[in-house]
Amino acid sequence: MAAEAVTVKNMALAKAINESLRRALENDPKVLVMGEDVGKLGGVFRVTDGLQKDFGESRVIDTPLAESGIVGTAIGLALRGYRPVVEIQFDGFVFPAYDQIVTQLAKMHARSLGKVKMPVVIRIPYGGGIGAVEHHSESPEALFAHVAGLKVVSPSNASDAYWMMQQAIQSDDPVIYFEPKRRYWDKGEVDTEAIPAPLHKAQVVREGADLTLAAYGPMVKLCQEAAAAAAEEGKSLEVLDLRSVSPLDFDAIQASVQKTRRLVVVHEAPVFFGSGAEIAARITERCFYHLEAPVLRVGGYHAPYPPARLEETYLPDLDRVLDAVDRSLAY
Amino acid sequence: MTVESTAARTSRRSAGSKAGTSGTKAAGTTGSKRTTRTTAKKAAADGADPQLVQLLTPEGKRVKNAEYDKYVAGITPEDLRGLYRDMVLTRRFDAEATALQRQGELGLWASLLGQEAAQIGSGRATREDDYVFPTYREHGVAWCRGVDPTNLLGMFRGVNNGGWDPNGNNFHLYTIVIGSQTLHATGYAMGIAKDGADSAVIAYFGDGASSQGDVAESFTFSAVYNAPVVFFCQNNQWAISEPTEKQTRVPLYQRAQGFGFPGVRVDGNDVLACLAVTRWALERARAGEGPTLVEAYTYRMGAHTTSDDPTRYRGDEERLAWEAKDPILRLRRHLEAANHADEGFFAELETESEALGRRVREAVRAMPDPDHFAIFENAYADGHALVDEERAQFAAYQASFTDAEGV
Repeated sequence: MAAEAVTVKNMALAKAINESLRRALENDPKVLVMGEDVGKLGGVFRVTDGLQKDFGESRVIDTPLAESGIVGTAIGLALRGYRPVVEIQFDGFVFPAYDQIVTQLAKMHARSLGKVKMPVVIRIPYGGGIGAVEHHSESPEALFAHVAGLKVVSPSNASDAYWMMQQAIQSDDPVIYFEPKRRYWDKGEVDTEAIPAPLHKAQVVREGADLTLAAYGPMVKLCQEAAAAAAEEGKSLEVLDLRSVSPLDFDAIQASVQKTRRLVVVHEAPVFFGSGAEIAARITERCFYHLEAPVLRVGGYHAPYPPARLEETYLPDLDRVLDAVDRSLAY
Repeated sequence: MTVESTAARTSRRSAGSKAGTSGTKAAGTTGSKRTTRTTAKKAAADGADPQLVQLLTPEGKRVKNAEYDKYVAGITPEDLRGLYRDMVLTRRFDAEATALQRQGELGLWASLLGQEAAQIGSGRATREDDYVFPTYREHGVAWCRGVDPTNLLGMFRGVNNGGWDPNGNNFHLYTIVIGSQTLHATGYAMGIAKDGADSAVIAYFGDGASSQGDVAESFTFSAVYNAPVVFFCQNNQWAISEPTEKQTRVPLYQRAQGFGFPGVRVDGNDVLACLAVTRWALERARAGEGPTLVEAYTYRMGAHTTSDDPTRYRGDEERLAWEAKDPILRLRRHLEAANHADEGFFAELETESEALGRRVREAVRAMPDPDHFAIFENAYADGHALVDEERAQFAAYQASFTDAEGV
């Protein structure tokens, strides 16, 4: 009996990204991986483990320690026809590159009246919950979503991590790919022959009737836990994995809210001017007569990300999500 | 490529390859000399630097240079007239653009007045397959690359933010954020190296930009990866109102040494020297010898832009001193002294020059305002749901005025 190729594997989220990068490097000689320590070390989270060994130093490139230089040279490589996937080692280190990302990368296609494309993926491990030192736990996604010309995505599970990376690399637009670092070691099934959902579409990961919890990246799992806990109290919560922050799938949120009539948005980033604010405003506009309660948000405070011993207080947790659920249902 | 460009692409290429044969050798043998140059204690930022590469004196006298003569050895009187023509037409175009700003046809103009030699000399050193990353003042380089000069005016008129296809002439869009393009140039050069091609890249920037972190990072990256890129710094003495002393304590070309590649200062008002030095640097790049920093020592004779008022920060004496070193006058003196050009040539060029001014004027006045919906075009290559939604909302909003207009 001929053995069929196993296309479904159980793997950690970090490994899923690694496998996805490997596939992209195999399929397209123009794909490059570049960043600090991505070579021999395999990245500080081992996401690029083994890639340099197999694809060489010319395609998996250890760069000087200069984020603006990494993104700026990636732009030049893209102009030459390459598809660079660059790693910013940690969320808090992206800011030296922010100028290149905002003033150059995001605008090049428009400035050239469409003549030039910028297929650059910027991988950023983001978010807290790992007890890290300062600048290693931030969630700056709204700062990128605010910029026209960029696309911003964040997978919550291994399968999405794999497929969304494939799609991000295939995109002719720059994609900021936020990796939920506290979920790097969470395992899930990845079907490498599956037909993936469109990159910028949200997915209902738990159906419910009483309230919608919307989240992306690391907060999806928390929302699923919150929904499970609420179910024990007889409340039926729907959980929406947004997956993409720019564009946001407002149609999916609207459809869910028109069913449940209540919405709580959860993210680690500060609530003030966060993606939840935009969602609240737009959903209020789209679903004003369907809403039984104002859209509520759970997220970080308007304070610098605290030292590790305080991060559990700062970050949304089960109780804070359930508290918001209770407040919404009380309207 | 416009019909007005002087040098044919093919002749540039062959000129480049010819220089390349000797260039490779020269670069290999002059390495130690260059170290001496960059450590020269007497090197000063005042232009009296004995290390300034000069082939034509301000009086138009050709002076010998053991190192760089060979890069212009094959130059003919016709070539010299071509360089002269390029500079004159570029200056005429620039003057027309300044006038158009004064007439309200352009919102702003960044004049290159005084920097014609630096731009034409370096621009004419490039090969068709080379790639140029300009700032927003490289009108002369654009000319050399065959970019239609009227294309440069769209962004200054406010009808687009670039407007030409960078790959059409391997001349990237103007970059306004100071120094950013040096990293793009470096990345592009890294790509050339990966492709195994022998093209080279030239990145333009100014003395002000030399303070930017991106420029330092581009030096680091290009050195580490041995990228085939020439950093062409036009030190025009002024970053708006700040003199070079506010940017550096050492002559800029010496910066290269710390990054591990050669730096050279060239008389930026000497088109022949700029051509020779840039050819040398590009040939180094082609030969796999990595980056070079060229500091073209020149002078911004006009204002930073049409919005600037240089009388607030610099005196006439300085300007007068530099006018005596004018790049166009210098070559004219040389052409006349050597009997390389007659009155007919100069008269014909004057006519051509006026015709160019007229063509530019007419083209700018005829440039239509973009359609409102251009706002939404090309924000993304693959589309974006929010852009689609906002475009539709805007269309509906626009349509709501139809009745009011009595259509």
